[in-house]
Amino acid sequence: MWEKIKDFASTFFVTGDPLIYGADVAIVLTTFAIIFVLTYYKKWGWLWREWLTTVDHKKIGIMYLIASLLMLFRGGVDALLMRLQLALPEMHFLHSEHYNAIFTTHGTIMILFMAMPMMFALFNIVVPLQIGARDVAYPFLNALSFWLFFFGALLFNISFVIGGSPDSGWLAYPPLSELSHSPGVGQNFYIWGIQISGIGSLATGINFLVTILKMRAPGMKLMDMPMFTWSVLATCILIIFAFPILTVTLGLLFVDRFFGGHFFTMDGGGNPMMYVNLIWMWGHPEVYIVILPAFGIFSEIVSTFSRKKIFGYKSMVFAMMIISVLAFFTWVHHFFTMGAGADVNAFFAVTTMAIAIPTGVKVFNWLFTMFRGRIQLKQPMLWTLAFIPCFAVGGATGVMLAVAPADYQYHNSYFLIAHFHQVLIGGVVFGYLAGIYYWWPKMFGFKLDERLGKWGFWLWNIGFYVCFMPQYALGFMGMTRRVYTYGWDLGWAPLNFTSTVGAFLMGAGFVFQIWQIAYSIKHGERDRTGDPWNGRTLEWSIPSPAPHYNFAVIPQVKGPDAWWEMKKEMQQDGTKKKPVQLKPIHMPKNSGIPFIMSVFWFIAGFGFTFSWVWMAVFGLIGVGICLLARSFQYDTDYYIPVKEIERTEKALGRAV
Amino acid sequence: MEHAASHHKHHHDDHHDQESLKTLGFWIFLVTDCILFGTLFATYVVLRTNTAGGPVGKEIFDVAGFVAETFILLTSSFTSGLAVLAMHKGKIKELITWLIVTALLGLAFIGLEINEFYHMVMEGATISTSAFLSAFFTLVGTHGLHVSFGLIWMIAIMIQLGRHGINPVTSRKVYNICLYWHFLDVVWIFLFTVVYLMGVM
Ligand code: HEM
Ligand SMILES: [Cu+2]
Repeated sequence: MWEKIKDFASTFFVTGDPLIYGADVAIVLTTFAIIFVLTYYKKWGWLWREWLTTVDHKKIGIMYLIASLLMLFRGGVDALLMRLQLALPEMHFLHSEHYNAIFTTHGTIMILFMAMPMMFALFNIVVPLQIGARDVAYPFLNALSFWLFFFGALLFNISFVIGGSPDSGWLAYPPLSELSHSPGVGQNFYIWGIQISGIGSLATGINFLVTILKMRAPGMKLMDMPMFTWSVLATCILIIFAFPILTVTLGLLFVDRFFGGHFFTMDGGGNPMMYVNLIWMWGHPEVYIVILPAFGIFSEIVSTFSRKKIFGYKSMVFAMMIISVLAFFTWVHHFFTMGAGADVNAFFAVTTMAIAIPTGVKVFNWLFTMFRGRIQLKQPMLWTLAFIPCFAVGGATGVMLAVAPADYQYHNSYFLIAHFHQVLIGGVVFGYLAGIYYWWPKMFGFKLDERLGKWGFWLWNIGFYVCFMPQYALGFMGMTRRVYTYGWDLGWAPLNFTSTVGAFLMGAGFVFQIWQIAYSIKHGERDRTGDPWNGRTLEWSIPSPAPHYNFAVIPQVKGPDAWWEMKKEMQQDGTKKKPVQLKPIHMPKNSGIPFIMSVFWFIAGFGFTFSWVWMAVFGLIGVGICLLARSFQYDTDYYIPVKEIERTEKALGRAV
Repeated sequence: MEHAASHHKHHHDDHHDQESLKTLGFWIFLVTDCILFGTLFATYVVLRTNTAGGPVGKEIFDVAGFVAETFILLTSSFTSGLAVLAMHKGKIKELITWLIVTALLGLAFIGLEINEFYHMVMEGATISTSAFLSAFFTLVGTHGLHVSFGLIWMIAIMIQLGRHGINPVTSRKVYNICLYWHFLDVVWIFLFTVVYLMGVM
């Protein structure tokens, strides 16, 4: 019996690596610390009522933000470990299997569990406020999306200490990801972690599309919408069309691994290249899913801090729409080397290059908006200014990669690595960070400290170029991606060492940002106006942080830049706001079902991962019961009485 | 519930019409489901000739069986339409009766499908025999799972109709389940053509 348990434990838990044992200890200690703090301060009830069961989009946004920052930390540590291993030739810091696992988890986490939730954080915090709504279209579903993401990410992350991490790359190409080549459970963690959080992402896409189409304040026409809202609309359409493909692709890989199917195997008539096609039919739109909201953020920031309306509003909208369509017709550029033939490759090369055109239009529009504006170099604007040249270079190297014959040379080299990090860090990460700095006062009621922020900013920026410029050169020198070490004779050592230094500079930048947050919680400049940047859109018309119901009275919108126009009008009239008639506000009730249902999904995913059918079935039955329980719930909303609204508004210093 | 409903009328312009909002979302969900099936169909078409020495469609598809399935599912789509008509006339008994008929037909469909799968497996044509069969079982099975899910949902709605009668919430639910049912019917028409007819031809 004892032998059996020992046997089980030695395969169930990841063993044999001092790094992992360290992590085990850290995880256990942190868990105990959290449990202790919550119990000691009697905070369990608070946690359940205020956070775990909330359907308030602002709180859900904050939870997304916290989770994504944690994931940025984990993904970042992965990155630093890899860079340490590559700093010098023939290092023995990580062995090859460990290196494989780390580049896999790094990529997956950064895209799916860092970028996506950070994006959803901003969707949640900003969109309803920008369009003058009191919540999203389906608040319950919104909470469910978050918890599905959360437990999906948890499932993926525990593979680190239980069972073993996936190690066949962030897109898990077969046959490497098939049972024949990856017999362990790591690949199952990958499939189920992404699958569970993917359902949540799909639901968010539907939710925000309907929110934007149907919940705008009266008078706000589509062409009056703030640019960020437009970008979210475009992204939601991309999510709706792309994510089902991901669901199917991973589902088929699961069928292969669990039921012995032959979709992508080398035998039985399977076709591995079909997986590669399918995953990129999702994957390329996915990179635009994460970049478009960043474009939207930059548009808001450029316009606010240049004190001008955005240049070429219509062309901005059209550019995003064209990008959304083209994004579905470029996927083959990720595997020109498949050898589909000159005609096919030429088609995809041209569509890929075509995307650079609308993107260029956007860049020029930002530049023209700034032209002759009174630019204020606040933190959000700094990141925006850093983004423009960085993204221009990233786009240019993208066009180089899109030249199909040339790509036979660049493909899977460090040149490619440098390209996509340049667009993903310089575009997506800089964009979301800019957005976080910009909307932070709206979320928490205080600004983030400028001085520490500048340290973070410069470290990130210098670090970025120091890290990735050498990688372009390394690519040309023949260094391929996913190598865990290299020889002295290749002459790659100096550039690799430089690159590692850059990576650590970025890491230091992140540390400064965390310090900045901690410092600003105590000393940050409080925002009592609700409009700290002299903003232009509706979110700045209400107090910071926004009250539970957002708008005591739904605003009447007459055109774009609604709040800017209202401010002008108020100045001209000399009056403050006219007295308004408050009415009871209709709000959704909190619910524990999203949390509980996601726990059951987690159980099901865990069961499938270990092929413990009883556990998987138990989890799925739990999910079913939760769905039914929700279906039978009719009492799902309530009204906030006028008295309470008055009291809240008074406390926030608003005359009503 | 009563309370919320009466409030609902009072503050109608205060918040958007919840029920039509949910129906719109359901339509968009169906779009995503379309893409899901589209991807499965594409995979099937790519792999349908990869039989790897295993049986081909002609050898394992039972014409009488899949024609019966088709007939039953089409009829159930029709009866679900009758249910919605009864709902519009406010006739709750008729509505529930048609839903029961629809559900029974759906159950018969699932029964036939399980029977079909069972026979194939007994003849040695399993999901792991060849890429063709993996694609076949996955595509048809996914449709079958959708129908089964719809059945449970339909029963839940019937119980709710019994409890609450026809009101904006329950009629939205009836409308959406019938929409779903028609959608699955359309998917089946494609299955019938692409998988079965082209398979036995
Ligand atoms: C004008 C813009 C762009 C062009 C022309 C372009 C072009 C390309 C091409 C041709 C490749 C494949 C190269 C190869 O595998 O050999 C590629 C890879 C990649 N690109 Fe871009 N790209 C652009 C923008 C972006 C953006 C905005 C993002 C993300 C936000 C992005 C993320 C990626 C990623 C993640 C990969 C590679 C992933 C992998 O193989 O694991 N790209 N790009
Ligand atoms: Cu691409």
